[in-house]
Order: sequence, then C-alpha cells, then structure tokens
Amino acid sequence: MGYSPHTEAQREEMLRAIGVDSIAELFADVPSAYRFPTLNLPHPVSEAEILRELQEIASWNAHVGEYTCLLGAGAYHHYIPSVVPAIVGRSEFYTAYTPYQPEISQGTLQAMFEYQTMICALTGMEVANASHYDGGTAVAEALIMAYNVLKGKRRKVLLSPTLHPEYREVSRTYLRGTGIELTGDEDLQADLDTLQAKIDPETVCVVVQTPTFLGEVLDPRRLRRLAEAAHAAGALLVVAVDPISLGLFVPPGEVGADIVVGEGQPLGNPLNFGGPYLGFFACRKAEVRRMAGRLVGQTVDAEGRRGFVLTLSTREQHIRREKATSNICSNEALNALAAAVYLACLGRRGLRQVAEVCYHRAHYAASGIAKVPGFELLSSWPFFKEFVVRCPISVEELNDRLLEHGFIGGFDLSRTHPHLGQAMLLCVTEMVPVPEIDRLVRVLREVTR
Amino acid sequence: MAYRIPEELRYSKTHEWARLEGDTVVVGITDYAQGHLGDIVYVELPEVGETYAQGDSFGVVESVKATSDLYAPMSGTVLAVNEALVDDPAVVNRDPYGEGWLVRFSVSNAAEWDTLLDAAAYERLLAEEEGGH
Repeated sequence: MGYSPHTEAQREEMLRAIGVDSIAELFADVPSAYRFPTLNLPHPVSEAEILRELQEIASWNAHVGEYTCLLGAGAYHHYIPSVVPAIVGRSEFYTAYTPYQPEISQGTLQAMFEYQTMICALTGMEVANASHYDGGTAVAEALIMAYNVLKGKRRKVLLSPTLHPEYREVSRTYLRGTGIELTGDEDLQADLDTLQAKIDPETVCVVVQTPTFLGEVLDPRRLRRLAEAAHAAGALLVVAVDPISLGLFVPPGEVGADIVVGEGQPLGNPLNFGGPYLGFFACRKAEVRRMAGRLVGQTVDAEGRRGFVLTLSTREQHIRREKATSNICSNEALNALAAAVYLACLGRRGLRQVAEVCYHRAHYAASGIAKVPGFELLSSWPFFKEFVVRCPISVEELNDRLLEHGFIGGFDLSRTHPHLGQAMLLCVTEMVPVPEIDRLVRVLREVTR
Repeated sequence: MAYRIPEELRYSKTHEWARLEGDTVVVGITDYAQGHLGDIVYVELPEVGETYAQGDSFGVVESVKATSDLYAPMSGTVLAVNEALVDDPAVVNRDPYGEGWLVRFSVSNAAEWDTLLDAAAYERLLAEEEGGH
C-alpha cells in the first residue's frame, strides 16, 4: 500500500509558495554524482539465507551462555529466573511506550510503585524514583540534586577515587559548564581519610561507592563517620552501591547516606553489550522535590479505591521547562520492571543466598589464584564478589589465553589504574560453578608456566 | 468569576501583592493567582536574612497543576516567612491576603512602591489576561 501524505496538487502549491519549480531543484546544492550514487550491495537473498548469514555472524560473539564470565567492573552476570523475561515480555508491558495515563495503565504504574518500594527497602531510604538510564547517570543526577538541595550556593563535589572511573567521567560530562568543581579523585591511591579531610564549607556532597570499583566493601562504621563529617559541614553523602551486595551488607540508608544510587542491571537484566541498563535512585523524603525523574505514587480514586499515578510531575521538564530538577524526562521502565520481578521472585532470603554464594565463590577463587606462582592477590581488604590480582604476564595476553580456554577474563586495570601494574579485576558471581573455579586455577597455572 | 483585589494593596504583573507596614513589606500571591493555580500543595520559602532585588525569584509555589516562581515585588531582606505554610500550604488558597501571606521583607528602596500597580491598574491587567484566554 502506498502512503502519500500530500497530493500532487498540494506539492505544486507548496513549490509555488516558496518559488521553486520542482522538488529536484531543492537538492541543487548536492552535486549530482552524490544524489543517487550506486551502492555496492550484495544481491538480495531469501529470508532463510539471510537468517543463516546473520546467525553465522552472531556466532562470532563470545557470550556468557557459552563462556565462563569473570568480567564485572560495573556490569554483572547473575542468574535471571525465567519468570523475569516471561513477565517483562508480556505485550502489555513490552510494547507500551510511556504508558503513564492512570486511566489505562494501572498495571504498569503499580509495577513501578512496587519497584520504587523495593529499592527503598533495599537501600534503607524513604523515596525512590522510577529509575534513570544507568548507574553513571544516576550518580550525575545525584550531584545535581545535592547542588539544588543546597540551593546552588556551593560549588565543590568530592568524588572518591574508588568510584567507578566511568561514573566519574559521566559526572564530569554531565556537569560541564555548570561551574561545579568535581575533585577528590586526582590521586587514585588516596584513601577515605584524605577525601574526608577535603570536606569544607564549599562542599556540596561527597560521593563514595561500596563495594568500591576495586571490590572493597567499605566498613559501615567508617561510612557513618564520613556521613557525620559531611553533615557537620552542611554537605550531603551520596553512596553508589551494588544492589546484590545489599543482600548481605548494611544498606547505605542506615549509615546516614542522603542519596543512594547505583547500577540496577544486576537485578534481572542481561548484560546486553552495555545496555539498556537501569539507574536506581533513592533519597530522603524531605528532599523529594529536588529529586529528578519520574515518581509513581499511591492514591485513592473518587470512590476511595486504591490507585497509582505519576506524582510530583510539576518538577519535571514537560511542565516546569528550564526550572525543572533535571533535563531528564524519561526512565527505564522495562528494566525497572525486570528488577522488580527479580526482587519479588528472590525475596529477602533469595537475595541473601545469591549474595552469599557470590561472596564465598569469589573468596574461594581468590585464595586459589593467590597460590598460583607469579600471581599476587592485591585485595587485602574485605571484598564482595570482585578482587584484584597482579599477573605475571600482561593482562591483555592473559585474557587472550583465557578466552582460548573458554573464560572471559577480568577487567584490565592497567588501562585505568596503571600504578597497580599488570593487574586484573576479577568478578566471580553465582554463575561461576566451583569446578569452573578449579579449572580456572589450573588454566592460569598452565598458561603462565 | 470575580477575584478580590483589596484597595489598600499594591500588585505586581506576576500576581504578587504587597502591603507596606512601616519600613517593611508583606508579600503574598493574589486571589486571582491562587484561583488559577488550583490546590496548592507546597510552598518553598526563602531563608530569613536572604536579600532579593525587585523581580528576583524568592521562592516557589506548587499546585496540583504547576510549579511557579515567586517574584519579589520590592527589593529587600527577608525578615520573616510564614512557617504555617509548611504544614498547611492550602491556607494560601483559603486566605491569600491574610493567613496565607508568604514573606515579610525589609524595604531597601521605598520608591519601588510606586512602580507597583494599584488595585485599579491590577484589575485592568486581569481584564486583559482574562480577555486573552
């Protein structure tokens, strides 16, 4: 079926109005040789043939279903129960775009509300929004929110050097041109005491991550002291956190964090080559009007029945224009839904079990690797599912060898942390079976002999 | 619908009212403003001691429909804010010229009083705005 938005008569009328004789004349600036160039394309093939070709190309990928994945560094391979894609894939959720009209979208709105409620329970905070794009943008939004909570009077943000390097980069990109200075992470070896000593009356907020980018779990008592130091100076504490780790460790809300953010991908979302992911964001109720993003609230209708609606939308850009809390007018609804289904499916005990298995397997792997000649465990700190080892050969070469043996190797820290030498950040989740850890240790011994 | 426009007050084009009391000025939003905003759910007020020039935004009023800036009708320093609005912002709807006042400023330039609209001029402004709808 042809689709003609305009009739010939209408086209001629428009051409007359702008004083042009033909449509071709509008393209006079494009040299004729470039107007309809011959494209070097293969001959058309049938659906069956093209599918075969695409599958062949797809098989070049080393994917986590086939390889054992030791790569983390912000994106994590955890088991996704079958119920998650089954529910997320329902057309009521899957095909709807910005489904926020309360009259027709109670299901979606209720799912968002439950997601927010679970993020609050997980982080120990009072309010959570319906999500941001990913962990990095959630951190950046937290900085803007903290700046606005302090009414734009302060201009210094302290970033921990152990905050994910990409979160630090995204924050700098986001805040470029605002006049807000992002500092504290110049020396990657500086510790928390050094960071805390930099808090002054100009400080908007301090941002830390736990477990840190290198896997260290920060002592909750130490975090509480940091929160107190920040609050004493009138500044806020922002904590980025791995949501799976909260199955085991003290939530940041209990140690005085004002804003808690993080990458929500580990909660029921596949790795997907880096996206779409999910930034979760939670804060205290007193500051909810400074929070960016969508927020679903529970209310009652005219007949007193429970219902769900977008709430506090007046903060948002489509209503408040340039005075909005953020230029973000969107969220990752489907990914947030996956996180909600995942959390509901696992429950409190299930999440704890996942976290425990990660913890024990990561420590088992670390102790095994530390005994391989030439390898040195650099993580002297308490860690969760990631740890650092120094390697006897270059990480790049080692990862090539590991790939030959069916392992996707760890994150090459020589790219981001050159002072550690040829060091690798290894991640062991519940998806790495114990026999695979034993095989990894044998392979490491073999390829570095 | 007729909106109340008390004779003794002066008005800004952005729908704030001002009442001189000695060398201070009390500021609120007009009956017309509260009527158009609808149910007010939140008022963000400045801190005592903050200084604003005429026309500066000194706070925000949020209704179920919109969030709007509040503009200082005269230059001055905040002497007091209406704390009662924190718990019950709907007072602004019920009594915009009385219990629903927002801020008391010290007056730093008394001449600015005469730059504001009197009741008759404000009524004409409303007639124009309503006519335009």
